[in-house]
Amino acid sequence: MSSETNKILTTDGIPLEESLKKAERKNKIKAFLLVCPLLLFLIITYVFPIGEMFTRSIDDKMITNMLPNTFKSMESWDGQDMPEESVFENFYIDFKKLVENKEHGKLAQRLNKEKNGFNTILKKLFRQIQRNKIDENGSFKEQITSLHKRFNDVEYWRAIKRTAPPYTMAKYLKGMDLFIDENGGIAQVEEDRRIHRILWLRTLEIAFFVTVFCFLMGYPIAHLLATLPMKYSNLLMICVLLPFWTSLLVRTASWMILLQQQGIVNDFFVMIGLVSDDNRPEMMYNKVGTYVAMTQILLPFMVLPLYSVMKTISPSLMRAGKSLGGTPFVAFWKVYFPLTIPGIGAGCLLVFILAIGYYITPALVGGASGTLISNQIAYHMKTTLDWSFASAMGLMLLTGVLVVYWIYNKLVGVDNIKLG
Amino acid sequence: MALPKYTETRYRVWHYFYIGICTFVFFFLIAPLFVIFPLSFNAEEFLVFSDGMKRLDPDAFSLRWYEDMIYGTKNPWGLAAKNSFIIAIFATLGSVILGTVAALGLSSRHMPYKGLIMATLISPMIVPLIISGVAIFFFIAKVGLAATHLGIVIAHIILGTPFVVITVTATLSGFDHSVTRAAASLGSNPVNTFMKITLPLILPGVISGGLFAFVTSFDEVVVVLFLAGLDNTTIPIQMWTGLREQLSPTILAVATCLIVLSVLILVSAELLRRRSERLRGINR
Repeated sequence: MSSETNKILTTDGIPLEESLKKAERKNKIKAFLLVCPLLLFLIITYVFPIGEMFTRSIDDKMITNMLPNTFKSMESWDGQDMPEESVFENFYIDFKKLVENKEHGKLAQRLNKEKNGFNTILKKLFRQIQRNKIDENGSFKEQITSLHKRFNDVEYWRAIKRTAPPYTMAKYLKGMDLFIDENGGIAQVEEDRRIHRILWLRTLEIAFFVTVFCFLMGYPIAHLLATLPMKYSNLLMICVLLPFWTSLLVRTASWMILLQQQGIVNDFFVMIGLVSDDNRPEMMYNKVGTYVAMTQILLPFMVLPLYSVMKTISPSLMRAGKSLGGTPFVAFWKVYFPLTIPGIGAGCLLVFILAIGYYITPALVGGASGTLISNQIAYHMKTTLDWSFASAMGLMLLTGVLVVYWIYNKLVGVDNIKLG
Repeated sequence: MALPKYTETRYRVWHYFYIGICTFVFFFLIAPLFVIFPLSFNAEEFLVFSDGMKRLDPDAFSLRWYEDMIYGTKNPWGLAAKNSFIIAIFATLGSVILGTVAALGLSSRHMPYKGLIMATLISPMIVPLIISGVAIFFFIAKVGLAATHLGIVIAHIILGTPFVVITVTATLSGFDHSVTRAAASLGSNPVNTFMKITLPLILPGVISGGLFAFVTSFDEVVVVLFLAGLDNTTIPIQMWTGLREQLSPTILAVATCLIVLSVLILVSAELLRRRSERLRGINR
């Protein structure tokens, strides 16, 4: 065969192709080994824990492990009429074990979440067991149902059966103000308790408007910075970079001083006669404060990508547009603006994503209307210790962010992100 | 930005309008920082400019809040500053070492699955901080490092490495690899080549990535709020608590110090950027 006879050999007698492949492989391994430490570090400390958030958010094993016999005997129960004697017997066995391990309180708490009223009746059963009042040779069904009329209500037994699967979507539903009702369908919580939906909408609203404000304010100054001669623009760039490098809390503190009722902004409004001295508007602890402070804090993240894109646009393009008969506005709109779209995309993406996960500034200057979804997550992490719910909401937020990324990638392409 | 003489009136008006908007935005960006300066020298306890201050009366100014910051009884700032610096320095070191090594691998053209790996490495920067905080907390709590310095350092390494990876990869993109081949052909081993040839050339990128990592750690509050115990409060945590409870002038004194620090960081970052551009041969 001609191809075999024509093979080029290296001095060692190995075909060149193989030798090159070997070298290539070696380089690949070398490059990969360099990345390895950081990659492993992040996978262990960061990627896995995010996965753990998911398992935690759907985990409902606790109750499955607490009532193993009950759930087993319930498998054959159709859920229509009252369950059979064996269910009651197994429930008694499981519950007695929990009483011995002093875990019956946890069960009552969990079941009470599923259906109100469990706390009382389980306490009753607990007292009976403590006093050894239950005859283990008699009919458990009769004894238990005679304790309280709720034990005779088939709804309560259905509620127990619903908790059998080791996984639950309840936390995700709760995050959207939904819950699983008695029939296993999905229902909305009462209108006055729908807090999470308000928080989601408010978070989106604030993130959206802050992005719009940042764009409206950032575009002109990025344009000015990109077109001014170097010696002026360097000086003005400090106005963008200094806030960028300054602590978030310092900037929030300065807004708290400026926006307070006796603050400088209000002083100024009184001075120019916009408002009367005894009728100073409240600008902090409401949405105005959140918008103003967040816009100022996130503005550099809009200006820097815009600037780096605008810097690459040749000024002769605008001149060409004008010389071809376009008015300055037409030349700007048809020539300059389309060229800046990658910068607009990067800036808006950065600001929107930073804003949607914001927590510190709204909590300090936003007052009651400044609670966003992040505050709620932090609240459940630190105060109620409902970590699975915090995980569920965190993952819902993350999904939202990833969708935004996906859209951005479709529209602009992710490679355009630049860091000033 | 002088306008040519032939400019029509409406464009002239538009131009001044545009300059006006820009002035307003620059003022909006920078002015809030300057409110803190004078108020931190206030002799009184209130966070408004007193009449004495408006008249520039020397008695209306004092250093008492700075004294309170340093010597004040049961003032937590000293410990917080110490913790902040220790944590930030170790977090920066960790981020710089891990990030630079990874960037070297990433910028090799032989690197397999480059896109996917890059996405993983910079994900802590993209994922909202609160979610990173929850995930990192689960890890740190599981390995029993909650409320320790080490735990917070690990958390901040996670958050800081993306910046190092990005800046160093950017620096390496303009890097002429023939110099390392030249060093190798002259008999230098890879480690020696890296230390003597590559590192000095990419140093500006490494340091500016390090500055980002330092600032990220020094200013980070969300994750620390989950992780810190009483012994590891940092400056941001103290400020957060202070701002929530009562805005005291001592906080403004601390804030002033932080602004001075950020000016120093800004100046060094800017110098480094220029040096890096010069080394990479980008002339303007």
